[in-house]
Amino acid sequence: MKTVEQQILAGDQQAIARLITAVENNSPVAIDVMRSLHRHTGHAHIIGVTGVMGGGKSSLIYKLSSVMRKKGLKIGIIAIDPTSPFTGGALLGDRIRMGELSDDPDVFIRSMGTRGMLGGLSGAVYDVIEILDAAGKDVILIETVGVGQAEVDIVKVADTTIVLLVPGLGDSIQTIKAGLMEIADIFVVNKADKPGADQTVAELESFLDVYAPTVSQRKPVIVSTSVKENMGFEDLHEQIQLHYMFLQKNEKVVEKRKIRYEVVLVEIIRKRLMGLIYDQKRLTQTVDQLVSDVVQRKLDPYTAADTIFSSLIK
Amino acid sequence: MGKIRVLVAKPGLDGHDRGAKIVARALRDAGMEVIYSGLHQTADQIITTAIQEDVHVIGLSLLSGAHMTLFVDVATLAKKHDLQNVLIIGGGIIPEDDIPALKKAGISAVFGPGTPVEKIVEYIETYVKR
Repeated sequence: MKTVEQQILAGDQQAIARLITAVENNSPVAIDVMRSLHRHTGHAHIIGVTGVMGGGKSSLIYKLSSVMRKKGLKIGIIAIDPTSPFTGGALLGDRIRMGELSDDPDVFIRSMGTRGMLGGLSGAVYDVIEILDAAGKDVILIETVGVGQAEVDIVKVADTTIVLLVPGLGDSIQTIKAGLMEIADIFVVNKADKPGADQTVAELESFLDVYAPTVSQRKPVIVSTSVKENMGFEDLHEQIQLHYMFLQKNEKVVEKRKIRYEVVLVEIIRKRLMGLIYDQKRLTQTVDQLVSDVVQRKLDPYTAADTIFSSLIK
Repeated sequence: MGKIRVLVAKPGLDGHDRGAKIVARALRDAGMEVIYSGLHQTADQIITTAIQEDVHVIGLSLLSGAHMTLFVDVATLAKKHDLQNVLIIGGGIIPEDDIPALKKAGISAVFGPGTPVEKIVEYIETYVKR
């Protein structure tokens, strides 16, 4: 009988899938497996795909994966969709565009709900990356939820971040530059078969002329793609590789991963603290009482928080 | 306890997915995580998806009349892959006379046209193995 760790390292799909469920549910058993998996990670190139809703992120990942499979790369795909904050349910539909990849044993796709995390990711995404990395995937593609302006956390997770734009988004690229426009290593103008694509590329170019790179420290490149015409995906893959080579040559991979693991540590601590506050019966009652006191103006929120903190430190 | 994960899948050559989408939304609104496969899935694709997504339930929808082949194929493959704990249910245009044979093959329940979605939610919540 193989251990879970051995099954994951051997790439066993069922074992991978069950461990992902366990980390999503914060199972204590999963944490022990995660401890032992970490030393087997660090091989995979982590690529984030983000961009406007309806821009074609899933289709792009499907096409890009097809190119990568031809080169023999093993692929993990994490597709994130929003969880309803009201019911806790989620409709995860990214696989619709990736149908044929299900036939390939070297592609593992997992759909995840955000389950209350803001920033366009899911709280368990860091663990899922580790699992797929340990399972021997060469590339891990992460599809974030459709982006408005705030969902830019992917840049702290991915080695290479792709921002997807489409023609006809509005008057000018300038109007959406905050956040989203600052995280791209590669801009993709998808649906390039549509009218206005040239203008979008031209606007991007002029935007980049005055761009001072903040996150990647390398001027982003622009790639035009069309799923309909099956155009541009070889080029996109080449640009992804060039970016990765740039990162490796300048030791920037280490820098990137330092950022990611700092987020990972903070996330682990956050989960534990929330667990301490909400899982212990005694403290749950205290929190309830404190919240009532704040509502009735017997206490201010800061003093209430002090009370919770000091009982945690004890 | 974790969330109930459901794969709503459309096997074979059948482009009618309004029913599947309505059920998918109802399950989502009941707090479940619903993976929708899209159209024209083979039994192999459905089972691979069920494995990767680690679902508790596979909901098959078919209006083409090929359920005796396709539903049974999915149930047979599920057994082959040790998915005994996965609840498989079906819906669509399924004649009453076919239901006993489907149940024998491993389809736990069949929901025909006009079934209130609440009934499907309740069935899943009752019989799902977590």
